[in-house]
Amino acid sequence: MATTLSARAAPPPAPAAARTGARRYRTAAMFMAPAGLGFLVFFAYPLVATVYYSFTRYDLINPPQFIGFDNYLRMFTSEPLIRTAAYNTLWLVVVLTVCRVVFALGVASVISRLKAGVGLVRTLCYLPSLAPPAAATLAFVFLFNSEFGPVNRFLKLVGIDGGLWFNSPTMSKPALTLLALWGSGELMIIILAALLDVPPEQYEAAQLDGAGPIRRFWHVTLPSISPVLTFGVINSIIYALQFFTQAIVAGSAAAGSADVAGNSKYIGAPLNSTLTYPVWLYVQGFRYFNMGYAAAMAVLLFVVSAGFTWVLVRQLRRSSHQEETV
Amino acid sequence: MRTLTYARRTARGRRLLLLAAAVVAMLATACSGAAAPSGSGSGQAAAPPGRDDKLTVTVYSKFTSREYDVVTKALNNLRVKYPNIEVKHEGNQDDDKITQSIRGGNPPDVAISFYTDNLGVWCSNGSFQDLQPYIERDRIDLNQIPKAVRDYTVYQGKRCAMPMLADVFGLYYNTDMFAKAGITAPPKNTTELLEDTKKLTQFNPDGSIKVAGFLPSMPFYANQAQYWAPNFGASYFGPDGKSHLADSPAWQAMFQFQKQLVDFYGGHEKVEQFKSGLGDEYSADQGFQAGKLAMAYDGEYRDAFIKDQAPTLKFATAPAPVLDSLSAQYGGGFTTGTIIAIPKGAKNPGAAWELIKQVTLDTGTLVELANGLKNVPSTTASLTDPKLVADPQFKTFLDIYSSGKLVANPPSPIGDAHLKAVNDFAERWLAGGVPDLTAGLKQVDAQINDALAQKPTGG
Repeated sequence: MATTLSARAAPPPAPAAARTGARRYRTAAMFMAPAGLGFLVFFAYPLVATVYYSFTRYDLINPPQFIGFDNYLRMFTSEPLIRTAAYNTLWLVVVLTVCRVVFALGVASVISRLKAGVGLVRTLCYLPSLAPPAAATLAFVFLFNSEFGPVNRFLKLVGIDGGLWFNSPTMSKPALTLLALWGSGELMIIILAALLDVPPEQYEAAQLDGAGPIRRFWHVTLPSISPVLTFGVINSIIYALQFFTQAIVAGSAAAGSADVAGNSKYIGAPLNSTLTYPVWLYVQGFRYFNMGYAAAMAVLLFVVSAGFTWVLVRQLRRSSHQEETV
Repeated sequence: MRTLTYARRTARGRRLLLLAAAVVAMLATACSGAAAPSGSGSGQAAAPPGRDDKLTVTVYSKFTSREYDVVTKALNNLRVKYPNIEVKHEGNQDDDKITQSIRGGNPPDVAISFYTDNLGVWCSNGSFQDLQPYIERDRIDLNQIPKAVRDYTVYQGKRCAMPMLADVFGLYYNTDMFAKAGITAPPKNTTELLEDTKKLTQFNPDGSIKVAGFLPSMPFYANQAQYWAPNFGASYFGPDGKSHLADSPAWQAMFQFQKQLVDFYGGHEKVEQFKSGLGDEYSADQGFQAGKLAMAYDGEYRDAFIKDQAPTLKFATAPAPVLDSLSAQYGGGFTTGTIIAIPKGAKNPGAAWELIKQVTLDTGTLVELANGLKNVPSTTASLTDPKLVADPQFKTFLDIYSSGKLVANPPSPIGDAHLKAVNDFAERWLAGGVPDLTAGLKQVDAQINDALAQKPTGG
């Protein structure tokens, strides 16, 4: 009864109000249109196209032919180098992600505690991230040259045999990781900003409660910057999943020809240890003209990247919720 | 009120659904329609331009800096015959960019590629137009080009490119080191190559390599399977078009020879240590130029690099040594080269063909290009032209070119996938990662055949 009365009592919406609502809706839609268009053109279309091509045999020139799941089957059965490429990328995802975040956090923590010369140190730490990847890789190949490189010469002075670095299949990926750490200035700056944002009162309160530096870091700093660290982890995973230019240049240099990326004659040296997943995807798509297969590889990469991101974001939400409950 | 709101929501939902369906349909249409760039490729020769026609012929090539200028000048020789044709030469365009331009429906009129590796792919998928109708119309005698060179510009009978200049591979050796070691002539077979390597190699007191007689590392510099294979009589595909490396004694002999060299040096690790100290292939520090390699396989272009970057180096050249049992093949060698073609969709194919004729068959232009780029000119007339500058080191390569024993890579629909597979294997083999040579080569066969199976013509 009350409902009926209330329904009867409510007047129909005034035409003027409806017009205002529609106008506001149109205005909002108009403002959103560029973003929506960008999303459609640069994300939705390539994604749909990639999924479509992954079910085809497509040589980039002739119309694609539908072949069902053949590309996916090939990926998991007969094509041997995809496993090597996936292993190399997975190695980078695990090792590079951990090292990059820990390294950036460490450097940012040191800078946040500096009393003088903060600007200079911050700039010096950030600068390497501006270096073009191909040039930076060539510089590292020179620095880590086993015969005449300064790194091995220094190590020899202190009695350590530096090894072959980029010329060794076991050390090429660690060498590439060191290169990535050297260029992690962007992440360092982001973490530094988060560190400086932690309220000092929290440290004072923890100190009054008798917490030492490690406990303060563990119980105050880390929870405060955890969203930024999660971003750093996701960013590093994506960085590792897309590791391309440095791997191509390092591989070419190991084969004696430091050609520019894309023109390189030989990819993956030594022993395919620098053949990353995106590099192999590029070779399949643009060198061997197997765009259908490359699209299937891209779909797999997308699914894995999305999976990693989803798990991490979920983890972040859960930990934030726990914090709020506590 | 509730009912009205629900109805409005439902209507909006329908509209959104319709919009979503339209977007999906649009995307799907876009996907399926994205594949076929327009263009000709009809198999009929386009008419040549009129003498006074005004048009612009665009050319893509990977040439840069000094080489770009040499090639641009040669391309402009077309203006002698067609004074109103403008040649627009875009340098630094690699194979990927050529493919993208064809794919995008906006290709150049003429495409120049440094490599023959992609020819099979471009031919098989129709990226390059068939030049046979032009050759027949203009009654061109292709016998003026060596057979091996003609072969690497043809795929399954379709001539979709012409050879512009050739690269020929042979042996470079340091004459000072040879004299010091008491060696009077370059090695002609693999036994002599091994013996000379032993005589020429110098070790440091700690056992590391100081100077390598001949480096077996693969892939490194021109030590790549494709350059070595002809010296051992090894070929990639059987009569059925599939890979049969494991059944080939020639490939086994090549890998066994490499292993002998590595064992002589004291193992793969030691060779890698030495190799890592050698400079980049095209730098002044390149191993042979820096006097760290006594002998090396390389192309004729190294001659120009040495004269420019290491003018004091005393060196000579010779045909590459061959397997002992192939002594009749000595004097020949591997050849590859720059290729030139008319892409599918070219706007001025008639003028493009005139330009191709100019730079591939005109003796004056070929000699001009060969002198400028220090490559081997591709026709027999240009080889003997008095204007061709050829010192004794370069002349070796001209002799190899005209020896009748040239070998080229067979164009394949999988690009260089088979070459990568063999080079990868060589690297694993030399590192000691292959316990059984035949079984290892069977895996390489499987890998190559899997790649072939992805192509409509492959299996």
